[in-house]
Amino acid sequence: MIAEIGHFALILTLALAVVQGTLPLVGAWRGNEAFMAVTRPAVAGQFVFVSLSFACLMYAYVVSDFSLANVYGNSHSAKPLLYKFTAVWGNHEGSMLLWVWILALYGAAIAAFGGNLPPGLRARVLAIQGLIGVGFIVFLLATSNPFLRLDPVPLNGRDLNPLLQDPGLAFHPPLLYFGYVGLSVAFSFAVAALIEGKVDPAWARWVRPWSLVSWATLSAGIVLGSWWAYYELGWGGFWFWDPVENASFMPWLMATALLHSAIVAEKRDALKSWTVLLAILGFSLSLMGTFLVRSGMLTSVHSFAADPARGVYILGFLVLVIGGSLSLYAWRAPAMRAGGRFRPISREGALVVNNLLLVTGCAAVFIGTLYPLILDAISGDKVSVGPPFFESSFVWIMAPLIMLTAAGPLMAWKRADLTGVAQRLILAFVAAAVAAILLVAIRGGPWGAILGLTIAAWLIGGVAAEFFERLRLFRVPLADSLRRAWVLPRSAWGMSLAHAGLAVFIAGCVGATNWQTEHVQVMQIGESVSVAGYDFTLASLKNGQGPNYDRRVGEFHIAEDGEVFATLYPEKRKYWIQGGETTEAAIRTTWLADIYVAIGDQAPGGGMAVRIYHNPLVPWIWLGTLIMVLGGMVSLTDRRHRVGAPNRARRGVQPPEPAQSQGGII
Amino acid sequence: MKRKHRRLLFVGLGMAALGLAAALILLAFDDNLVFFFSPTEIEGREFTAEQRLRIGGLVEEGSVEHDDDGLTVRFNITDLSAAVGVTYKGVLPDLFDEGQGVVAEGHMLSSGFVADEILAKHDENYMPREVADALKESGQWQGEGAEE
Repeated sequence: MIAEIGHFALILTLALAVVQGTLPLVGAWRGNEAFMAVTRPAVAGQFVFVSLSFACLMYAYVVSDFSLANVYGNSHSAKPLLYKFTAVWGNHEGSMLLWVWILALYGAAIAAFGGNLPPGLRARVLAIQGLIGVGFIVFLLATSNPFLRLDPVPLNGRDLNPLLQDPGLAFHPPLLYFGYVGLSVAFSFAVAALIEGKVDPAWARWVRPWSLVSWATLSAGIVLGSWWAYYELGWGGFWFWDPVENASFMPWLMATALLHSAIVAEKRDALKSWTVLLAILGFSLSLMGTFLVRSGMLTSVHSFAADPARGVYILGFLVLVIGGSLSLYAWRAPAMRAGGRFRPISREGALVVNNLLLVTGCAAVFIGTLYPLILDAISGDKVSVGPPFFESSFVWIMAPLIMLTAAGPLMAWKRADLTGVAQRLILAFVAAAVAAILLVAIRGGPWGAILGLTIAAWLIGGVAAEFFERLRLFRVPLADSLRRAWVLPRSAWGMSLAHAGLAVFIAGCVGATNWQTEHVQVMQIGESVSVAGYDFTLASLKNGQGPNYDRRVGEFHIAEDGEVFATLYPEKRKYWIQGGETTEAAIRTTWLADIYVAIGDQAPGGGMAVRIYHNPLVPWIWLGTLIMVLGGMVSLTDRRHRVGAPNRARRGVQPPEPAQSQGGII
Repeated sequence: MKRKHRRLLFVGLGMAALGLAAALILLAFDDNLVFFFSPTEIEGREFTAEQRLRIGGLVEEGSVEHDDDGLTVRFNITDLSAAVGVTYKGVLPDLFDEGQGVVAEGHMLSSGFVADEILAKHDENYMPREVADALKESGQWQGEGAEE
């Protein structure tokens, strides 16, 4: 009964989405206010019904209603309650329903916070959102219905893939989807602007908070997945350049580019059609990401059973959305007049280069990810493109970008003075030089690591220089500087935090990829081994049981200079229902490095295969991303997003710009 | 600088970035493409010791042998019409098992195929697409769509 309610609610959602996707468009075109007024109730209704539908599916999981094929295939009565909840999106059908729910949530948020949008623009934006919703709900109902019943009803379920029964992965998909779907808002704004033929600074200001939410959640979602891979797969790595990881990384790169170009569109009324194009491409890539992963075209842990009907629908939908929006762009974009002029050496110029590099980097990832698919289709040759490809193309495209990140915020709008910028970057030069000298003296190499960390230090120095300058630190009394920090726009805080986080993140990546120590061997109980200056002793091996698995737990004492300072308990689990095994690595972090132990199989001659890693700077990867996400959140609370877009009547009550010569706030 | 010149400069910059990226990508492709073969395709082919390749199929039933050091494993990868012997030293992934799909990456040496990376399926419903294709080609596919 509950499942039928959920099914029915989903059909009602579709009906409302069709209304939301059509009437307001006609209304905005014909100037019919009654048609446009349909938008808000339709959005609200859609949100209510899809929430109801989602709640019904969740209920079915919590009470383990195995008469639903979806619950039967992905749950089990012995599974812990948390994973009964998260199993809702741990499968294709449920994750698509989550997608639709988040889409409806964003729609409701636009309706709720979009009070200051011109009615025509609001109607069009929400209508485009409605049309995207129609595409997804039809897909759900026609090919991936989570509410299908089974007869006869099985006694128990087949359980969730053991790899997914983990707190890190439980919240990875929702965050990722918040990011993906957030880009649909920028997309809808872009398409609406193309229909209206008008992009102005106000438009850019409306797009920005949505892109920020999307960017921040996408960052958090990606890094959560990466963290999970790090401790769960037991290989000591955090990023494998796996096609599915790339599928989420490409929209992130586009979202980052969009955030930056929207600043130019907002502050200087330039790069407008480029910003629109980025919004379209960003969402296209997130659609591709969702579908490539779900369709099983890319082989990975994320791909569920493939179904030809789904593949055809997906392909059609992608062609319609991407082809349609790009055609609209080709037709309407030339009509947009270019705005503010600027010199190549200027803040705008720096942001253009930022965009060029981000998009080029994204193209490199795109080619590496899709090349095997394309080659297979053309010649039938099967190839794989591994990490070395990305390390020798993408990384080199990003290096100049990181260096520029330190200088860009110090440049003035319109025309910048390079000598002045270089003078203000003294702190960055000093930081980079000190880092390089210390690193050569202490570690001595490899040179790639030294270069990478030097660039990270350069960026930190640049961020500090820019931030101190805003506070006029050491030039005015300290109290004055603190007062300046207090009144500094939140977006300025956000930018400094995000860039500083990026520096920390890069340092983490560089350290982790260059300085990792790996040691694999069979250990007997009582045996000791020395890795990276630490002594690891296998004290005991115990067998036990979890709620739905058997486990074997190793006890390792870790000592430095003969003194035990930590005990780690890595696990190997074997799940009863699906029979799969998982590795639960045990990690001790010193914040400068991770000590990482994982156990493998029982060796034939007794003893245990053990992997020990010393992973320098890995914690900085998580820390850096956290700071970046925090930066995004802080920037989101900036006053100008609440005050709304400036228009002529309102300009008088705008908060005064800080008394800063270079003026720009990012 | 006139608007036209400025635009030209940016187009030029863009082209330069794209050209650089294309060069980097082509260079990277040159060294880093790994081709995939089924055991049937391996037969009668010559490989240099430097060439990295992937072999995929099923782990042959009863072929898995562990050496005394506890880390070295030998097994056969089969597409049920041909088989290739593989040696791997390290910890096997969680889902490695006899009769299950597997992909091994490494080098073909005179002594046989030496893998430095083993990829196993992720759950019991799942088989790497390449492995499924290899089985279909050898006519041994038993899963969905077997009649095709």
